[in-house]
Amino acid sequence: MRFMIMVKATDQSEAGEMPSQELLEQMQQYNEELVKAGVLLAGEGLHPSAKGARIKFSGDKRTVIDGPFTETKELVAGFWVFDVKSKEEAIEWVKRCPNPMDEESEIEIRQVFEIDDFGELTPEIRETDQRLRDEVARNQ
Amino acid sequence: MGEPDVGRAIEAVWRIESARLIGGLARIVRDVGLAEDLAHDALVAALEQWPESGVPDNPGAWLMATAKHRAIDRLRRSEVLERKQEELGRELEIRQALSEADWDAAIDDVGDDVLRLIFTTCHPVLSREARVALTLRLLGGLTTPEIARAFLVSESTVAQRIVRAKRTLAETKVPFEVPARDELAERVSSVLEVVYFIFNEGYQATGGDDWIRPHLSAEAMRLGRILAALAPDEPEVHGLVALMEIQASRYRARVGPSGEPILLLDQDRSRWDYMLIGRGLTALGRAEELGGGLGPYALQASIAACHAQARVAEDTNWPRILALYDALAELSPSPVIDLNRAVALGMAFGPERALEVVDELAAEPQLESYHLLPSVRGDLLFKLGRLQEAQEEFERAASLTDNAPERRLLLERAAACARNGRSVG
Repeated sequence: MRFMIMVKATDQSEAGEMPSQELLEQMQQYNEELVKAGVLLAGEGLHPSAKGARIKFSGDKRTVIDGPFTETKELVAGFWVFDVKSKEEAIEWVKRCPNPMDEESEIEIRQVFEIDDFGELTPEIRETDQRLRDEVARNQ
Repeated sequence: MGEPDVGRAIEAVWRIESARLIGGLARIVRDVGLAEDLAHDALVAALEQWPESGVPDNPGAWLMATAKHRAIDRLRRSEVLERKQEELGRELEIRQALSEADWDAAIDDVGDDVLRLIFTTCHPVLSREARVALTLRLLGGLTTPEIARAFLVSESTVAQRIVRAKRTLAETKVPFEVPARDELAERVSSVLEVVYFIFNEGYQATGGDDWIRPHLSAEAMRLGRILAALAPDEPEVHGLVALMEIQASRYRARVGPSGEPILLLDQDRSRWDYMLIGRGLTALGRAEELGGGLGPYALQASIAACHAQARVAEDTNWPRILALYDALAELSPSPVIDLNRAVALGMAFGPERALEVVDELAAEPQLESYHLLPSVRGDLLFKLGRLQEAQEEFERAASLTDNAPERRLLLERAAACARNGRSVG
């Protein structure tokens, strides 16, 4: 199952200050560990919200609000997507992460919706997989 | 806000640490079976102690330290027993290794040990069944009952396979190491065969217990990604990763709302998983960059990539797919590949030429009762407007498959031929 791992913003990240060299190196090492464990699907750091925008929806109306936004601790400063077997495994991996900021910070873990969550993959559907594979092979 | 369950936390730690723990131990004690026993002892200790003490800050180091104590305990216990000379010699060896080992480094220097472990569990001295079971057990952290459920065999069969595999590794003195340059290609291909087999068992779901099978594909993809990180210079590793990522990207588009299968060209491409496609194309790019010509996995991945890159089915680059099948047929000749090639030929240059090829293939004994041969032939005849012959082929294909939904689809196509035939004639 997939999880989005969101690093929350801090005053420093919102101010656009780069992390220390030491932290960058630690994060690089951590990323390498995730790759070697076959866990990391994607990951990016985000610019401060000053460079972003929000689009507010109200019926047919669209209003664009430019950043920065004030509720710093609720903003996202970066993310990873992990492929793991359980929420606990995602938690264990995140616990191994160096503090992503040079100050107090928080990381939030959210599960990504997948096929099983929509209740589409019934046993009957799985039964058809053999046939599908052959068909896929045929169509290739 | 709830406190996380310690049992599940231990399970998660085990999943993260077990392969590197077993790998690190195997390097020290030079016996994969003993390494697994020791790692398992450490897990049992964690299950006893962590619910009270909480999960330690560095669980990997804790497990390694505990396994080390168990290793020493075992040796001490066995001292009072009478032993054969041979066993004594072996124990002295292990004792020596234990005293010389750098235990702290053992848990830090993890990548190489995991790679050694993969090469050992996938050693060609073992049968494929044994390689698959041992790999899932030692690298995937799957239990014996889980492996048994996945492959529809009894637990005792799996347990026996694993015991025998460990014995074979010990008896044939398979060294715990990354193979040397001269045998690397053969050993890599043995590993990739195991990984792709596991992937397909999950992807095809030919049978077995349903809840465990999707985990097999996920497990194979994890193994593939680990291999790509640990052995980044092997083009076919990236080729296989690319193939698995791109195939898996279609997982949710393969079935309709009522469980009916949807063929590749009819799939809703917006339902494909573009994160996996992106990863697959990147992996394929790495395989290409490494040079030396594409291997069978990279070629199959390239074919899958042709489909993945076509925004709509009509944009599919069939001449390129045909060329890739030509290359694949040359590398690993097989009538099944020839049949696929014929489909590509038909799409690229029309059904007449494809039909000629398929008619030649009909003589292949391997394809004699393969339902896709009449199914493909029926499709080509249908496109040529030879509806009665097409109907017969679809009916024959339907009679050759055991799969109910597939038979239904083939019989529907046969019926459509009959209807159209009447309206034309």
